[in-house]
Amino acid sequence: MNESAGGRLIIYFDNAATSFPKPPGVIDAVVHFMTSAGGNPGRSGHPLSVAAGEIVFAARKAVARLFGVANPMHVIFTANATTALNLAIQGITRQGDHVITTSMEHNSVIRPLVEMERQGRIILSIVPCSPEGIIDMRALEKTVMAETRVMVVNHASNVAGTVQPLVEIGAFCRKRGIILIADCAQSAGIIDISVEEECVDLLAFSGHKGLYGPTGTGGLVIAENFDASRLSPLIFGGTGSFSDKPVQPPFLPDRFESGTLNAAGISGLGAGISYLLDAYPGGLKGVRVHKERLVNCFHEKAARDLKGYIACVPAPQVKTGVVSFNLRMRSPSEVARILAGEYGIMSRAGLHCAPLAHRTMSTFPHGTVRFGFGIFNTEEEIGIAVSALKAIEERND
Amino acid sequence: MARHAVILFFSTNYAIWASDELKRAGIPFKMIPVPRHLSSDCGACLRVEKADTGRVEALLKAQSIDYDRCEDLPASQ
Repeated sequence: MNESAGGRLIIYFDNAATSFPKPPGVIDAVVHFMTSAGGNPGRSGHPLSVAAGEIVFAARKAVARLFGVANPMHVIFTANATTALNLAIQGITRQGDHVITTSMEHNSVIRPLVEMERQGRIILSIVPCSPEGIIDMRALEKTVMAETRVMVVNHASNVAGTVQPLVEIGAFCRKRGIILIADCAQSAGIIDISVEEECVDLLAFSGHKGLYGPTGTGGLVIAENFDASRLSPLIFGGTGSFSDKPVQPPFLPDRFESGTLNAAGISGLGAGISYLLDAYPGGLKGVRVHKERLVNCFHEKAARDLKGYIACVPAPQVKTGVVSFNLRMRSPSEVARILAGEYGIMSRAGLHCAPLAHRTMSTFPHGTVRFGFGIFNTEEEIGIAVSALKAIEERND
Repeated sequence: MARHAVILFFSTNYAIWASDELKRAGIPFKMIPVPRHLSSDCGACLRVEKADTGRVEALLKAQSIDYDRCEDLPASQ
C-alpha cells in the first residue's frame, strides 16, 4: 500500500498503464541527472554534456542486455512505445505492401496501420485470435500473399495478459522473408525476450511500465542482422552529428534520434532495468513468479467470494500480471469509479485503447475492469480489493 | 614527436561507447573537446597515448565501433 499526496492509503493496480511506485534507484537516478549531470547528451564536449551522454549510454547498454543485443547503438530511444511503433510501421512499409497484424492489437498499432490503409499506402489483413487472445497460426498461413512484407504482432495483450508464441511467429516470418515488428510494451521486464532467438526485426518497448522507468521513455530495438538503412526516420533534425550536412546521418542511433532526448527519464529507465535484472530477487523470472502468484490469488479469492465474478481469461493463461474481469450487473466504469473513490484502489476500466482485443474477447463495447499487478503489490492488497468488490456487488444502488 | 593522439568520431555516442571499452580494457585515455585545429562533427574525442594507438584502433575495430580517424596531437596540446 502506498500513501497518496493527500496522505490517504492507496492500492495501485494500474501497472499495465504505467508502473507505480518506482524503485528508489529510479528516482535517485533522475535526481542525480537533474542535479549533477544535466547537460545535453551528444551535443558538446564539456563535462556536463559528456556526463549526460555516459548516463544515456549506460541505459542503452542496459536495454541491449535486456533484449540480447550486443551492439548498444541498435537501441533507439523514443518518447514511448507508441512513437517506436509508428517509427517501425511507417518507416519500414512501402507503397503497395501487404501488412499482417492480429485481432489483439492496441490502437498504437491499429491506428497507424488503418490510416496507411485509408491513404492507399498498404493492404492490411487482421488475423483472428482465440477469445484468450492467442493467434490462429493456420489463419496466419492463409493470410500470406506474394506482397506480404511486414507483420506486426502484440507480444503480450494489455487486456488479456496472455502472450503470443513469438518464437513460432518469428520463425514463420523469417522463413518467408517477412519483416517482423513486435510490440513488447506489455511484456518487456516480465518475459525474457531475445531479439535474435525470436527472429524479431524491430522491437518496440515501453520504458515506464514493466521496466519501471519514468513516463516519457520507450524505444525501438533494431536487430543486429537487420539492415537499418531499410528503415526511414519519421523525425528529421539535429543530432549533434553530421552537422555540416543538410541530410540525416546514416548511422545508428543518431539517424532516428533527432532532437534532445529525455535524458533525465532515460537515466531513470536505466536504473529501472538494473533493478529488475540485478536487484529484484530472481530477476525477470522472479517478476513472473510474483505476478503469476498474484493473478492466481486474485482469481481464487474472486471466484470464491464474488457471486457475479466473470473472469475473461483462465488464470493459468495469464502471464503478465494483467487480469480483466467484470461483475455481473455492474458496468466496469462504475466498479472502477467506486474502487478508486471509496476504497483508494486504482484500476482501469473500459476498452484500454484496444477495441479489437475486446471484440476478440467478446467484451466490446463496455470493456472490463483491469487490474495490472506490479512487483510491489501484495496478496494482502488483493484480499482488500476482493472485499471491496464484494461490498460493491452487495450494494443496492 | 607527438606524445598523444586523438581518436575522432562521427558522433558522441560512439566516443562514449569507445571510452567505455577502453576503460574495460585498462587503456588510459581522456575525453576532451575536439582540438580547434581538427574538424569533427562530434564535440568530444578521446586523447590516448601515441604508443597505444595500435591497440586502441584494433579494439575499436574488434568491437565494431565506427570512428572517423586517428590524428597525432601536437606536443603543445
